[in-house]
Amino acid sequence: MLESITAILPDLNKAFLETVYMVGISLAIALILGLPLGVLLFITAKNLFFENTFINSLLGFIVNLVRSIPYIILLVALLPFTKLITGTTIGPIAASVSLSVAAIPFFARIVETSLREIDKGIIEAAIAVGASPWMIIKDVLLAEAKPGIIQGLTLTTISLIGFSAMAGTIGGGGIGDLAIRFGYYRYDNTVMILTIIVLICLVQIIQIIGDKLSYLVDKR
Amino acid sequence: MSPLSLRKGLFREGTSMIEIRSLRKEYITKKSRVVGVDDVSLTIQKGEIFGIVGYSGAGKSSLIRSINLLERPTKGQVIIDGVDLTKLSGKALRKQRLKIGMIFQHFSLISSKTVFDNVAFALKAAHQSPEAIRKRVLELLEMVGLSDKKDVYPAQLSGGQKQRVGIARALANNPTVLLCDEATSALDPTTTKAILQLLKKINKEFGITIVLITHEMEVVKELCHRVAVMQDGRIIEEGDVYGVFAQPKQALTKQFIESVLDFELPSHLIRESKGSIIKIQFEGQLASEAVLSDLLQEHPVKANILHGKIEYIQNIPLGILIVELTGNTNDIQAALDYINKRTSYVEVIHHA
Repeated sequence: MLESITAILPDLNKAFLETVYMVGISLAIALILGLPLGVLLFITAKNLFFENTFINSLLGFIVNLVRSIPYIILLVALLPFTKLITGTTIGPIAASVSLSVAAIPFFARIVETSLREIDKGIIEAAIAVGASPWMIIKDVLLAEAKPGIIQGLTLTTISLIGFSAMAGTIGGGGIGDLAIRFGYYRYDNTVMILTIIVLICLVQIIQIIGDKLSYLVDKR
Repeated sequence: MSPLSLRKGLFREGTSMIEIRSLRKEYITKKSRVVGVDDVSLTIQKGEIFGIVGYSGAGKSSLIRSINLLERPTKGQVIIDGVDLTKLSGKALRKQRLKIGMIFQHFSLISSKTVFDNVAFALKAAHQSPEAIRKRVLELLEMVGLSDKKDVYPAQLSGGQKQRVGIARALANNPTVLLCDEATSALDPTTTKAILQLLKKINKEFGITIVLITHEMEVVKELCHRVAVMQDGRIIEEGDVYGVFAQPKQALTKQFIESVLDFELPSHLIRESKGSIIKIQFEGQLASEAVLSDLLQEHPVKANILHGKIEYIQNIPLGILIVELTGNTNDIQAALDYINKRTSYVEVIHHA
């Protein structure tokens, strides 16, 4: 038992890093693109300061479109696109492409929901004071929604870990890939249990850190 | 001296600060079209404190929010200091808004920013330098009495303190107009008094024109120079606060005034009365004259005071006295005539 654990450790270590790599890249892209998308979805909605029904419906449609495709299908459907961008369809970087595409609309919706929870009076007060739209976005919207956005980032990270296991099965690497190869194809229960323990610990730690951060920035 | 002449000097009359011309605001909902403000025209003078009263749904909130175009009017114009705001949008409108401060019923402070940063926000909107911002914020917090709270978050403040931060933020860019949207409605009576005192001080020291909406007549009595009463989107009565309190014309106005000035007599007192019960109203200087003692010396009637009160509105007394007169009918009639001559208003509540 102990021997088989030590034997698998280098593999586990490599898989763990691959998972961190995949999730890290796609999380960064989700943050960079999903955050503005979420803000845009919010401020173009009815009765808000950038009200624009056309942009709002269009973005809403695209977001829903991507979100309605199950990840495993999105992954396969995006293979040509992945090849175009990364030059390959194998490895953590290639897997990051479809993970990012799935994470961007997911995170954008969470951002939009957090922004909707802001008291409209605060936004109005900022408009009354003569603040520019950019100031309102930066100093009011993002500042007030910070706890919710951090919670959303936590949720996105955990979902991405789940998705990354699927990406792993078609050559993305990572912990999911390890679990399937050893645990499923080779009936190696030790590896199976080990990967489950690693995943549980990872998710718990991320959740705790997320909660803590969100609490720290919450001044309400 | 007439009540009005006592008040002169509080503000320069004749220079208009805010001009609202045939303003109309409609809300289009899925099912119908609701008229919030129905053809309102209003001129508010420079340095004046102008109150708009009405029950909820009367349109007063829509009206005040139209002044800085938080709500764009469906029709009509809003001219502030000579600039027609309804013709502006984007940057030009934001520039004008710097000159119009606003405070809110629920304070509307940014909860994730400290008191200092909340006030600084308004100055940042005016593109001030960091040093200028720092200096001005400290100055403003000093003025509203919150210097020691500058690094505190709004959640740790009381309602009155939050409104003080709101006032500091509204005054940051030296506005010419301050709009108060039910600014004291969420506060307890003591805090309300303190905030009203602060607003009064701001009006006096900086000559800022204040427009406030409220459903509390007490606030109008305490603070305003002129008042407008709103009902169903229209202004049904408008005038000098003292005049409106002394001689309200519309039923709704009377109802509002009664919330401050009314006193009910116990019904058994009226039933058991053997004389005439009259309500006498004294205005201005009359309130401090000895009308009643003169009356008793000149007429052979007995007067029994049942109730009385002197209110000071803008420091001018408005007295109301309920008196029971007993004696023979002719003497009572003569006494009534006498009171009628000497005071501004007499009403016979009950005849013997």
